[in-house]
Amino acid sequence: MAQTADLECCDLTKDFDNFRAVDHVNFVVPQGSFFSILGPSGCGKTTLLRMIAGFQFPTSGDLLIKGQSMIGVSPNKRPISMVFQHLALFPMMNIERNIGFGLRQRGVPSSEIKTRVGRVLERVGLPGIQDRQIGQLSGGQKQRVAIARCMVLEPDVLLLDEPLGALDLKLREHMKIELKTLQAEFNTTFVYITHDQSEALVMSDSIAVMNKGKFDQIGTAKELYYEPANSFVAGFVGDANRFEGKVTALNGQIVSLITDAGITIQGQATTQVPTIGQHAQIFVRPEVIQLSKDPVPNKENQNSIKRVVNNVLFNGANSMVILCDPKSGEKIQVTLPQKGAFLELDKGDTVYTSWKPTQARCFTSEVH
Amino acid sequence: MVSDRSKLGFYLLLAPLLLWLVTLIILPHIGLFIVSISEKVGVREYEIGLGNYAVFFNEPLYWRTFARTAFMSISTTVLTLLLGFPIAYYIAKLTRGRTKTTLFLMCLIPFWVSELVRTFGWMILLRETGVLSSFLQYTGVIGGPVEFLYNDGAIMVGLVYTSILFMIVPLVTTLDSLDDSLIEAGYDLGGSGWSILREIVIPHAMPGIVSGCIVVFMLSLGNYLTPILLGGKDSLWFTGLIYTQFITRFNWELGSAFGFLLLGLSSTIVFFGLKLSRQSLSDTMGR
Ligand SMILES: Nc1ncnc2c1ncn2[C@@H]1O[C@H](COP(=O)(O)OP(=O)(O)OP(=O)(O)O)[C@@H](O)[C@H]1O
Ligand SMILES: [Mg+2]
Repeated sequence: MAQTADLECCDLTKDFDNFRAVDHVNFVVPQGSFFSILGPSGCGKTTLLRMIAGFQFPTSGDLLIKGQSMIGVSPNKRPISMVFQHLALFPMMNIERNIGFGLRQRGVPSSEIKTRVGRVLERVGLPGIQDRQIGQLSGGQKQRVAIARCMVLEPDVLLLDEPLGALDLKLREHMKIELKTLQAEFNTTFVYITHDQSEALVMSDSIAVMNKGKFDQIGTAKELYYEPANSFVAGFVGDANRFEGKVTALNGQIVSLITDAGITIQGQATTQVPTIGQHAQIFVRPEVIQLSKDPVPNKENQNSIKRVVNNVLFNGANSMVILCDPKSGEKIQVTLPQKGAFLELDKGDTVYTSWKPTQARCFTSEVH
Repeated sequence: MVSDRSKLGFYLLLAPLLLWLVTLIILPHIGLFIVSISEKVGVREYEIGLGNYAVFFNEPLYWRTFARTAFMSISTTVLTLLLGFPIAYYIAKLTRGRTKTTLFLMCLIPFWVSELVRTFGWMILLRETGVLSSFLQYTGVIGGPVEFLYNDGAIMVGLVYTSILFMIVPLVTTLDSLDDSLIEAGYDLGGSGWSILREIVIPHAMPGIVSGCIVVFMLSLGNYLTPILLGGKDSLWFTGLIYTQFITRFNWELGSAFGFLLLGLSSTIVFFGLKLSRQSLSDTMGR
């Protein structure tokens, strides 16, 4: 590595009374990248971010920003800024004073504050709103003001804690693209926290999946989606149908499994190949499952299974069909082909599903 | 029909309030005002005029006491604010759950005993043979017994003690409503503790500060017992003068005029206080 990374965490751990919220977390964020931390509610994302910002002290481990250890450095001395979950804009100040707050603390002369605030507002696409009050802005505008308030200080790293959580769906979709554009424009390192996988997948250069205080996998969106490291990542990132059962046969990496309902299916184990008799899970994405009216010849282990249509969820290009197993009633989701075939499917119809074992992922179940 | 009924309900609910306002506040004040502008010209002979008010302005003792009372009350208010703010901040922001409730209740404890008993408590502490004097003699800081009572300091201590709760309660309420993330955002943007206090905490707490100050100021200005007991006979508190006129001198006319002057004084000072802090009465009291 020629350049020191903007942010580096080494074995960062945080214990509350007798509860480990963040457990030996390691990661490196290179300059100018968009790094997301994705995890379910309560997995320790906020705790991790607050340690980076300096509001909480790690129990052990080290935290480096541009190669400098930040342990013992107070939040107002760290070269990072944070966009809070509810933005935390100061309601007692107008926009100009809000954005100028950080510059005032640094003793920048007021004429320069004025020009710099004007410039950053232009960059976030809100020129000329300096004199407005916080209450006079829309949700998306507040968002951009909050980012402007941080960016005017030219921080090395910008931390964002679920900043889109409070917005409605439509605006959230819009702000996703906006945030990515802003990040590219400022060329600042973003560390973004979310429990919404689509936010993380769309925006990030690299994503860490967090579960119970640990990082399960760090990788690009594609890696997480196609090559999940364990069953948690496979289930959490993207939609997936999950089958659980006992391993009956092994063929290299291809694992055959008999589910509790008595169906035999195959998937590929890319990480750790289970042994025969062990419990394992197979994850199949809804879009890799193929539909056909007739049984598919089973010559390539195509997992051809007869199912009954339970429901058709029409949603334009993202239409899905819910199928259920006639015997066990187990339900699976399948994406309908884009071309419009199978749209005439109706409740009670019989179809055959199949997928290539190499497109399904198999993981050993954790022993409970 | 429905609106008629709800209107009736509205007036019925309003009635006790109106009754209270009219009988206990407005009527007595009209009476007092009429008395205050009557001048005694002979036995049971009265004339309308502003003579009583003229007496006040012509007698330096009266208006000096008046000014002194105002000044001391303002000082008490400022002192109470300076003492109450850190306590309120601590209760609102740095404690939670049980500790918070306990601390809040501890502020209430002094109010379980009557003001008289509370004030006597201070007298026991501060008098010449009292706890403080004995302690200082014992440690050798002072040679002989010292009287800590009967001076302005003692009055101030008593007034602050009596009124600090009325400062803490509105402050805790407004500070409680300040989102912690605003303070954190302040630190995150490089603010120091002082600049966050000045730019974020105080502006947010302003309504609470002003309403607390108004209440404490009114309480101090209108207090009678504490200044008399702790300040002694010469405490020169304006309520004392009013009492003397009514009870000792039977000069109800002058007493009423004094009462009205006090009302005018408190209203004026509150008005300027609000103007100075750029708050409106409805803002501060509406919380
Ligand atoms: N001050 C604290 N004391 C004790 N436990 C805490 C404290 N703060 C957080 N926790 C616990 O640590 C865990 C992680 O909390 P954290 O706020 O980091 O979750 P999160 O991943 O941000 O969740 P969400 O997505 O809901 O915001 C939770 O189980 C929480 O109960
Ligand atoms: Mg959180």
